[in-house]
Amino acid sequence: MERLNAKNLTNNELFYGHKACGGCGEALAVRIAMKILGERTVSVLPAGCMSAVSFNYPHMCFTNNAIITPFAATASVATGVAAGLRALGVENTHTVGFAGDGGTADIGLQALSGAIDRNEQIIYFCNDNEAYMNTGIQKSGLTPYGSKTTTTPAGKNLPGSITMKKNMFEIVAAHGIPYAATASIGYLDDFMMKVQKAMATKGTSYIHVMAPCPTGWGYPSEITVSLAKEAVDSGLWFLAEYEDGEFTLNRNPKEFTPARDYLKKQIRFKHLTEVDINTIEEHRDKTWARMRKNWMR
Amino acid sequence: MVKKFICGDDAVAEGVRLARPHVISAYPITPQTVTVEKLSEFVEDGSLKAEYIHVESEHSALACAIGVSSVGARAFTATSSQGLLYMAENLPYASGARMPIVMMVANRSIALPWSIYGDQMDSMFLLNSGWIQVYVEDAQEALDMTIQAYKIAETREVMLPVMVNLDGFVLTHTYEVVEIPAQEMVDNFLPTIKMPDNSMSMEDPKSLCISAGNTTNLEFRIKQQIDTENSVSVIEKVDKEFGDMFGRYYGGMLEAYQCEDAEAVLVATGSITGTSRIVLDELRKEGKKVGLLKLRYLRPFPTAKLAEILENVKAVGVLDKSISFGYEGSIFTNVNSALLQSGIMPETVNFIGGLGGRDITKQNIREMFESLLASASGEKQQTLQYVNVRCKL
Repeated sequence: MERLNAKNLTNNELFYGHKACGGCGEALAVRIAMKILGERTVSVLPAGCMSAVSFNYPHMCFTNNAIITPFAATASVATGVAAGLRALGVENTHTVGFAGDGGTADIGLQALSGAIDRNEQIIYFCNDNEAYMNTGIQKSGLTPYGSKTTTTPAGKNLPGSITMKKNMFEIVAAHGIPYAATASIGYLDDFMMKVQKAMATKGTSYIHVMAPCPTGWGYPSEITVSLAKEAVDSGLWFLAEYEDGEFTLNRNPKEFTPARDYLKKQIRFKHLTEVDINTIEEHRDKTWARMRKNWMR
Repeated sequence: MVKKFICGDDAVAEGVRLARPHVISAYPITPQTVTVEKLSEFVEDGSLKAEYIHVESEHSALACAIGVSSVGARAFTATSSQGLLYMAENLPYASGARMPIVMMVANRSIALPWSIYGDQMDSMFLLNSGWIQVYVEDAQEALDMTIQAYKIAETREVMLPVMVNLDGFVLTHTYEVVEIPAQEMVDNFLPTIKMPDNSMSMEDPKSLCISAGNTTNLEFRIKQQIDTENSVSVIEKVDKEFGDMFGRYYGGMLEAYQCEDAEAVLVATGSITGTSRIVLDELRKEGKKVGLLKLRYLRPFPTAKLAEILENVKAVGVLDKSISFGYEGSIFTNVNSALLQSGIMPETVNFIGGLGGRDITKQNIREMFESLLASASGEKQQTLQYVNVRCKL
């Protein structure tokens, strides 16, 4: 497998002309993924930011085949697309779901679980921007602790969201999926390698990519990529793989950059107290201790 | 030609096998289960070359069928009751996308109170979903309509999903002798699916299931309305073609039985029309001028044809196996509107029966006709009447 980088990645664009906000991390993830997946791909998107910005009649933004699904139905429509193509004898194609965090961890989880259980020949991307951004920044199951959203206001009684992120990566892995990975648009070389691996996988694959959202998180749009990097460097996100029943940590920082620096760049975390930040760091440290203990060989 | 002694669910499965769908997505719910069980056996024994997908819910069953149809392959699914309501948001999705999916619905009551038995509360709930809805009387019609449904759905000017409705248990689980058409004849009748305009392909990539803003959205829906209305002629044509080939004509949109000189006509759907015929024959022998109008399709609704048949009738009764709480049975509403639009003003009565699987007996049907005859002779009847009630009202 040739490792992809900025030099050898194709200049051909399959996803462009859309109406996503400037600095949209999710649009970047879809664009890069599509460059690798290629034209013989059917892109399957539920209701959400990416479908809202790219299918407005008569202005279509995917050059390849693409379809919007009902919100809960990314994995089930993708199942049907893949089965239909197979039945018609159409070969050398990829069927790919691009859902958000809510579309994956909340409303779409049941259909996703069914598809992994059946080991459908689909690639499923969870583009995680940590809230329902399309509807105006409401809390999802992947909204982190302390995040202010329009349904988890930060006030004198609550620090914003009081739940940690649902552990989608391990939920997916627990199905015994052939390939799963976490990724970040801050580490595109790693992300692109994982897309290639998913394409070569027989059966279902899942890539959970952290994709910051300037509009929902409250930061200047030009720092999307560096902020995504910082999420990984501060240990609040991680790069890992699950393959052949084994977990691998792809990046294991000796020392984390301060969580406070990452958090305080964003309006959604501006209100956090020292106690809140300690809570977040403690949770991070516990998570990493467990991952290092169980996933390092 | 082979004859088999099978139930309604089996008959649908036989029809599906003959129609050769590419993919079946199935989730079990009583009383649809026999159909999806049978289909799994057909796929296992190789007599049906289709992919059988064990989806994890009804929502995914129809979503999967949407995926299958989106690439131009033939899809089948089946459901009932709560399952139909659970997949509800996907129904207007499929019709709006103009996908020729065929779905069998075993008509069953909806909770609460729970009941697994038959009425039409489930499909009537989805009357506005943009699907063509056909109701069958017996197992033979169930098989035949499963095949016809694909032909209608896949006609280029139609391109709409079709729901084939069977009364739960009374039809799904009752055994009858059914003629199984020969595969070669069905292959001639139902050619390979072609969806040149509304499916994705590698040669001609498309974006499907799109958004349309308020400058274009209305026009999409008007086009859908026009095409759904125009599907009436396709339905009639397919019924004739089917009859010419297989020897069974069903009348297209509706069937009028003994309506020519009738003073009182009962309008009904599904399996109850079979029992009604027997009662009607008895009443005719007694010299009563009664008729039966079997409504086969509720969408599109046969407004003009219905009015034409009822033009000289004095009293019209409509048997609804569902109710729109706070109002009346929806078929009654539709029939009244058709009559009014056509300037016909017979007395009309709404019979609400069968809810939660309550039996509708021959005696009940006789009483309905008697009420209608009384109405025809000028005796005012209660507009809304419940059938076979076990309490004092």
